[in-house]
Amino acid sequence: MRRFTAIISILFCAGFAVAASSSRWEHIPPKDHARPNPLANQPEAVAAGKLVYGDHCLQCHKADAMGDGRKRPALRSERVRTASDGDIEWFLRQGDLGHGMPSWSSLPEAQRWQVVAYLRSIQ
Amino acid sequence: MEVHAQNDCKSHRERLTCLLAILTALTCLFSAAGAHAQDKPYFVTYSHDLEEPGNLEIETKTDVARPLGGNQYGAMAVELEYGTRAWWTTELYLDGQATGGDSTIFTGWRLENRIRPLMRDHAINPVLYIEYENTSGADKTILEFVGHDSQSDLAGPNSELRKDHQHEAELKLILSSNVHDWNISENFISEKDLGHAPWEFGYAIAASRPLRSAESGRECTFCAQKFTGGVEAYGGLGNTWALTTRDTSHYIAPVVGWQLPKGVRLSFSPGFGLTAASLNRVYRIGVAFEFEQVGNWFHHPLEGGR
Repeated sequence: MRRFTAIISILFCAGFAVAASSSRWEHIPPKDHARPNPLANQPEAVAAGKLVYGDHCLQCHKADAMGDGRKRPALRSERVRTASDGDIEWFLRQGDLGHGMPSWSSLPEAQRWQVVAYLRSIQ
Repeated sequence: MEVHAQNDCKSHRERLTCLLAILTALTCLFSAAGAHAQDKPYFVTYSHDLEEPGNLEIETKTDVARPLGGNQYGAMAVELEYGTRAWWTTELYLDGQATGGDSTIFTGWRLENRIRPLMRDHAINPVLYIEYENTSGADKTILEFVGHDSQSDLAGPNSELRKDHQHEAELKLILSSNVHDWNISENFISEKDLGHAPWEFGYAIAASRPLRSAESGRECTFCAQKFTGGVEAYGGLGNTWALTTRDTSHYIAPVVGWQLPKGVRLSFSPGFGLTAASLNRVYRIGVAFEFEQVGNWFHHPLEGGR
């Protein structure tokens, strides 16, 4: 029993320690940064991206994509405007678990690019 | 005798009808409002998907089966899953079952935590799973198979089975990958009764993908992208005294998931037993709904600007 408690304690401590890592927005690999959106300039991709946004992103970033002014950041921002399509897709895929942003790697890649197209359209 | 059998059958049908009515009522209740979940339609296997932070997902998983020499039963696990952090999910299970010609009983509870130790998405993503369960021997929910679990464990009368109390700890190593819209997950399970040896082991593996990758751009219910198909395999691996795939249960189970409007997710899986110790067939139905940002329900609106 004592050994089991020790294992649980170690696992929790490891989880908390790793979660304290810094934001990774600045550390996007060059090959991901350079990836173009295969659905760019397609109006239907924007419409589809809006639906995906409504299903998964709206609850935190709000319908106007302005966040809550506290922990949930606005997506109409200088950071998103200046990011490449590849940056945004990478960030969606990776998330930022230490700062509350889930990884959306479970979404099909096409849907992540549709969200990128939608975010571009509302800047 | 025949009259008894007919009464038992009627009573059993009523219980199953009751279970289905509960599922339908939950579906209607959940349809009132909500968000979409991103979980896979697996019944035993975990992927590295965790609950979104602040969200509460309520899911029922119902099994219907008939063990050899026993009566048909329906067992339901109600899961309350909360996203504590983006890398940490906590879950409470409440288990119960109804057995034909027998009784309907509450069979126990489980508390689990899933933690993603790595903050980046990798080719293989590990998740650590820790669970404490306090259940009776009459618990028939199929959330994993370990050791030498057999259909004979499910065949006795509830009055006898419930005398056995299990205080168990369970550790799982969950490995999961997303490759070209496929999810492939492997779980290695170890479980121990806190009162005595041995450790018992089990496995679960699964693969699934949405029938269509891209969103169509219009609201729809029956579009291909709303459906996920896949397959699960799970079973026992013996224990520390005899690490083996023999004399235990193994199943193969196709899975189908359907994302309904307003955040309801249905899943269905017929499981087929592969060994003599396995149930011949087990039918499984899942209904899930996600409540968004439940933590905000308790915040005063004026606090938003602080």
